[in-house]
Amino acid sequence: MKAIRAIRLYGKFVSMHLRCAMQYKVSFALTMLGQFLTSFSALLSVYFLFDRFHGVEGFSFSEVLLCFSVVLLSFSLAECFARGFDRFSVIISNGEFDRILTRPRNEIFQVLTHTVEFSRLGRLVQAVLVLCYALPTSGVYWTVDRVLLLVLMVLGGVALFSGLFLVYAGFCFFTIEGLEFMNIFTDGGREFGSYPMSIYGKELLRFFTFVVPLACVQYYPLLYLLGRDTSFWNYAAPLAGFVFWLPAWLFWRVGVRRYKSTGS
Amino acid sequence: MKKYWSFFRIRFSTGLQYRAAALAGIATQFFWGIMELLMFAAFYRWSPQNFPMTFSQLANYIWLQQAFLALFVLWRMDNDIFSAITQGNIAYELVRPAGLYAMWFVKNAAMRCSSALLRCIPVLVVAVFLPAPYGLTPPPSLQAGVLFILALLLALATTVCLVMLVYVLTFYTMSPMGIRMVAVSLGDFLSGSVIPLPFLPDWLRGVVELLPFAATANTPLRVYSGQLAGAAAWQAVGLQLFWIGALVLLGNLLLRRALHRVVVQGG
Amino acid sequence: MITMREISKSFRVSRRKAGFAAAAKALFHKEYDVVQALDRVSFTIGDGEMVGYIGPNGAGKSSTIKIMSGILTPDSGQCVINGRVPWKNRVEHVREIGVVFGQRSQLWWDVPVADSFELLRDIYQVPEQTYRHNVEELTELLDLSTLLRTPTRQLSLGQRMRCEIAASLLHGPKVLFLDEPTIGLDAVSKLAVREFIKRLNREKKTTVILTTHDMQDIEALASRILLIGRGRILMDGDLQTLKKENTVYKTLTVEYSGGQLPQLAGATVQQSRPGRATLRLDVGVLPVPEAIAAISRQVGVTDLSVTGGSVDDLVVSLYQKYHI
Repeated sequence: MKAIRAIRLYGKFVSMHLRCAMQYKVSFALTMLGQFLTSFSALLSVYFLFDRFHGVEGFSFSEVLLCFSVVLLSFSLAECFARGFDRFSVIISNGEFDRILTRPRNEIFQVLTHTVEFSRLGRLVQAVLVLCYALPTSGVYWTVDRVLLLVLMVLGGVALFSGLFLVYAGFCFFTIEGLEFMNIFTDGGREFGSYPMSIYGKELLRFFTFVVPLACVQYYPLLYLLGRDTSFWNYAAPLAGFVFWLPAWLFWRVGVRRYKSTGS
Repeated sequence: MKKYWSFFRIRFSTGLQYRAAALAGIATQFFWGIMELLMFAAFYRWSPQNFPMTFSQLANYIWLQQAFLALFVLWRMDNDIFSAITQGNIAYELVRPAGLYAMWFVKNAAMRCSSALLRCIPVLVVAVFLPAPYGLTPPPSLQAGVLFILALLLALATTVCLVMLVYVLTFYTMSPMGIRMVAVSLGDFLSGSVIPLPFLPDWLRGVVELLPFAATANTPLRVYSGQLAGAAAWQAVGLQLFWIGALVLLGNLLLRRALHRVVVQGG
Repeated sequence: MITMREISKSFRVSRRKAGFAAAAKALFHKEYDVVQALDRVSFTIGDGEMVGYIGPNGAGKSSTIKIMSGILTPDSGQCVINGRVPWKNRVEHVREIGVVFGQRSQLWWDVPVADSFELLRDIYQVPEQTYRHNVEELTELLDLSTLLRTPTRQLSLGQRMRCEIAASLLHGPKVLFLDEPTIGLDAVSKLAVREFIKRLNREKKTTVILTTHDMQDIEALASRILLIGRGRILMDGDLQTLKKENTVYKTLTVEYSGGQLPQLAGATVQQSRPGRATLRLDVGVLPVPEAIAAISRQVGVTDLSVTGGSVDDLVVSLYQKYHI
């Protein structure tokens, strides 16, 4: 009951943000287009590299595109709905977080409702188009469990990227200067996650399995989808994206506590 | 000139003060470089015969690109200038177009140099100690080294010229958003910052390498490792000079027209 | 009921020196200074009181407000507001308080004010009937009827501040914190805001704690003053007594012709140009009539005015008295 009420309130916030965005239609459309264009160059580079090399580490162009679109889809959804965390340094420095603390709601909930940026969905459009191309051409034999897995991959990806944004926001409590390195995992995750993480070698695959479980939402389930390794773990791997929220949340809690004791 | 020197100094020492920012930036660029190299290494393993350069040449390209990122990325633009233009504060300054162009040019160049200087050394030092073929190696000849420095400076000039064009065009559109976005997303790809231009198919390369974007990062990064050598290298440097001339001319022309309009309208 | 007992709070701030070498050194080693923001601050505020909390910038005003509103945890000491410790029961506590930050808006910029209000109703889970009642009342008291359907960005600063205050009161808080509520407002809006706060306090018995640099706010609103300086409560008393006991300065403005003003013990020149001067008199040393007599002996006085006993003078004299 409490959860339903929270979801309904969240819905109200989302519609408010949509109404506000629609006040500036031109700039909205332009930003959306910009989002589309920037990720288009990533797609182009994948295309040209495959045009030259015809494959990588045993994966074909359409197979990689499946991976590419899943990651891009999750990233753009996370960026749209968890943008408050991505812009948290601003929320802190302009005192908005003080305001949040004077309201009788969970802090994370309030940051999530603080910013919803629909123009970020420009990437989503592209991701969906690419996915539509990759679905039939990737050679996956689509059964119910595989479609479910695909959905799970996207959801796990959204959880992972929003968890990364949460960690990013948590760092804002400690330093506003050193935040750039988180781009390695957020923007870097999106860029390098275009390819199955196995191509970067064993060490990095391990890192992106156990520390930042990006490979769990693309490489392992991809192996399952393609029928190369249909073990249970590969099917369940995307859940790691949700598990990642636990340390991220703990880290955030530490940050909030610190904020309350330093006030800055 | 002294004004610009002190501007540069202030930027540099504020840059130093933010140690976490500097360290984080260096770490990010380093990691980015590694990931990119590993990605290319995977393609190299898959079909080495299709690789358009030696792997070591690519490594040099990527490390120099990371080290001098601030010199070449197009999205580094001065928001003060944009707001001065869109809010019409320029009219009050009553600067002659030549003065304004030079002032903005130097300011932007100094901004880029100070950030790059701060960050390039650690990235380069670490890259030198990486195992072959992933590490940074010295240029194959003295000539290549000298030519690299020349091309680097010219590439910086070309980049700033392109950015200047975006500023100047903002006088006409009155909103930097659209033009800035197209310039950045297009420019990034066409200057070889996403993938080096030799990886593009030949039919596309022929055209792309003649564009002003190719006269930016692309030229010095390839000259360094000798991937672009001899006549081809000189030709590329010549092209840089051509584009600088053309862009400065075009920028000044458009600026003069724009300022004229501003003055006539009374700001 | 608000009880603050022996609340202390210190912050660590990094020290940065100027110069190139220092900047390079700071890359590897950072030095910190400890700043004592609050030093054993104690006071009690009863229900329905209206208190002016004053002090120079950096004295600890905002730290105190932050502690009382549950944003900041103190190093030591006790704070109980309506039976709760703010930083321990944040969510329950903030349901009963309202906070207005004069410099920051809590209204949505691009949508009508009423929509922001409704969202706040949902955030605070105010029952529909109570909400209706509160909005009606606030609309009447603050004259909002035409504003509610206007997007915030189209409101003037004064109109916006009225809406801001209403927004902080939709859930009917028992305690209202006002941080610089009249900053930047024109005279008419200032009066309206003050009038409203007074009525709110009188009719709804809302406890009001007000920080401000505008001494007319204090004069109009606060019967009790808390003065903080260097993290300590220096003074706690009602305005009239304070005035009586502490007004030691008056401002004397003279216009004159011919001659030069005499140097007088107990008078400091604040402004002077030929023919006109403003003096601050220490009345303990130099009473006003004596000063006037001394001046007219030297120059021909053409005009003269005495001001003083205002809260501004009071604060200046308090600051001097306590060396802050």
